[in-house]
Amino acid sequence: MSEPATKTMNMIEAINSALDIMLAKDNDVVIMGEDVGYFGGVFRATAGLQAKHGKTRVFDTPISECGIIGVGVGMAAYGLRPVPEIQFADYIYPGLDQLVSEAARMRYRSANDFICPMTVRSPFGGGIFGGQTHSQSPESLFTHVCGIKTVIPATPYDAKGLLIAAIEDNDPVVFFEPKRIYNGPFTGYYDRPVEPWSKHEGSMVPQGYYRIDLGKAAVVRAGEAVTVLTYGTMVHVVKAVVAEHGIDAEIIDLRTLLPLDIGTIEASVKKTGRCMVVHEATRTSGFGAELAAQVQERCFYHLEAPIERVTGFDTPYPHSLEWAYFPGPVRLARAFDKIMKD
Amino acid sequence: MVQSTKDNLAPLHLHIPEPKFRPGDIADFSDIIVPAVDTHPRPDEHVLPADIHPLAYGLVRVLGDDHVASGSWNPGLDLATLQVMLRRMLLLRAFDDRMFRAQRQGKTSFYMKSFGEEATSVATTMALHFDDMCFPSYRQQGILITRDYPLVDMMNQIYSNRGDRLKGRQLPIMYSAKDYGFFSISGNLTTQYPQAAGWAMASASRGDTRISAVWCGDGSTAEGDFHNALTFAAVYNAPVIFQVVNNQWAISSFSGFAGSERTTFAARAIGYGIAGLRVDGNDALAVYAAMQWAANRARTNGGPTLIEYFTYRGEGHSTSDDPSAYRAAEEYALWPLGDPVTRLKDHLITIGAWSEAQHDALVLELSEHVKAIQKEAEQNGILGHGLHHPFETMFEDVFEEMPWHLKEQCTQMLKEQEDKFGPDWEAR
Repeated sequence: MSEPATKTMNMIEAINSALDIMLAKDNDVVIMGEDVGYFGGVFRATAGLQAKHGKTRVFDTPISECGIIGVGVGMAAYGLRPVPEIQFADYIYPGLDQLVSEAARMRYRSANDFICPMTVRSPFGGGIFGGQTHSQSPESLFTHVCGIKTVIPATPYDAKGLLIAAIEDNDPVVFFEPKRIYNGPFTGYYDRPVEPWSKHEGSMVPQGYYRIDLGKAAVVRAGEAVTVLTYGTMVHVVKAVVAEHGIDAEIIDLRTLLPLDIGTIEASVKKTGRCMVVHEATRTSGFGAELAAQVQERCFYHLEAPIERVTGFDTPYPHSLEWAYFPGPVRLARAFDKIMKD
Repeated sequence: MVQSTKDNLAPLHLHIPEPKFRPGDIADFSDIIVPAVDTHPRPDEHVLPADIHPLAYGLVRVLGDDHVASGSWNPGLDLATLQVMLRRMLLLRAFDDRMFRAQRQGKTSFYMKSFGEEATSVATTMALHFDDMCFPSYRQQGILITRDYPLVDMMNQIYSNRGDRLKGRQLPIMYSAKDYGFFSISGNLTTQYPQAAGWAMASASRGDTRISAVWCGDGSTAEGDFHNALTFAAVYNAPVIFQVVNNQWAISSFSGFAGSERTTFAARAIGYGIAGLRVDGNDALAVYAAMQWAANRARTNGGPTLIEYFTYRGEGHSTSDDPSAYRAAEEYALWPLGDPVTRLKDHLITIGAWSEAQHDALVLELSEHVKAIQKEAEQNGILGHGLHHPFETMFEDVFEEMPWHLKEQCTQMLKEQEDKFGPDWEAR
């Protein structure tokens, strides 16, 4: 069998391709959300899918996130495999009860009588001047809930393979898409021109079906001096800072936050003896706190410095002061200085 | 705090609803309008919702004060069906009595009776097809009883014992029975409303012939899920039947806190442009007829219906509740719509198909039947007496495959049992 042809895709195109393939492959897959039908989504992730697969497979919904997710739970109970889109992660809260109390617990509470193979896609994160209602990173709300898997890709290649795996998963998955890097990887230097995905190896995407198993991290840069645990947009920011400062960091893109690939993390930290956790979300009770706890439980006697956390601040995402909030190159450089000196 | 005190304007006033009667009062329900049978005749199932607004404010009735069934809503059920309906309502009542007592005897943590509301789960289910999907709230055990779900399995669930199909994970009465078209019950109220709409949308999108039916109480119509579900069902013309069991009380809060001082619950349908029916919930034949009407409408692509059953919660909210602390003592005895079981019994006697002696004999038979099944269920254990599912099942079914962190925690929990019960704890 010949390898399927690859094509350069940005992250939106890769997501669109994953959805297209799954709609064609599995008649149970249904896509719904605000503006996802005829128009193809405000970020174009579902462009052309309604025309190709029909209105009952890809359709617009009322502006009701509780309704979208609740209807998805009901469709999953019927036997479908719904893939609802929540237009911005910041809008997901009206649907939280349906996710936390219903989707996440359906298999457990009914002892496998009913399941919820639903993948909720949602653009998240800032750096696009979205203000405090279009920039949030609420991933730790979901990793804290038992029964939900939380997935965050950092490249077009991963986005497609992970999304296909998420849709095929028989448990509910929250799939957060870092919208700052939909069109190109972001170095954190907001005043420099955006680099297109085409210059990044992660944009070479097979056109056909493939999957990247959930629960597996990727070592995106091997190194000896310090382990950096991160995901989403921050993978690219960390890579840029490490390159700029010549730090021999091992950068781990978690890809799936839950279930966490603890083996890859543990092996790396034991090798480097230093660990930094990086996310854009607010600091307190963020996913970095969980990572730091896991690392100190398993690697305490290998650590040569305290675990360093580099995150957004504990404020709402400010509009005009976005770049003072964002954990960019300056905050990262200071953290690297500190962890390497300790 | 800054307040405006313009001398020429009267101060504003906040209305806090208050039920008409409290403990110590004698309830007087003379203001409840009970219209005559057929005040609003049965329309064609494909009527436009806008043409039946009076039905959302009236009260569909079939059984008159003379216990005779009449009018255009009379479903014309044969005697055998009527007797089955009565038997199921009585079985439900016997089951409730026995399980309430079991909780009082310390055999389980919790129970909820459906006393006074039996028609809204039994007669409704009889008007559905067996493979239609029911999305119950917590007081619709009559659905399972009507579909002949094994009583022993219901009891095993209530006891959370080793025979519990739900592995002891759910609060008593929160059953799940997919094979019987009974959706997993949630304690978070009205979450099942959008789910039922979604199930119906899925069925319609597949060209299936099955419809869904969903129940909630008067109080939880205030949840956003209720309104989201009605919006979705209206938008997609989904084959779903929304039912509000208006039993007047949400724990201690009377229906006024869900808006009943302003309008009926059935009238919520009007704003969504869907069919709305308000029904005498203690008239099993009217309940059956309304459900049959709505089911016919849904099954022929006529869209959703919202039905309000006007009824009364005859007992406490649950075993954890004491209604004498907040409502007048004799309300149920004085309720103008009577008791659903008594009314169906009186109807059967009036038409010569039943007698008091037969009735008493049936009540006794069902009571003995439930007692015998209770003994069988208790062979599997009662709550807190060791005969539960194995400890490690606690970690199963969180996910399809158990991830490493749950495996670690499971090992920890098993070691805790060893510390607690000694090294041979598993054998005991």
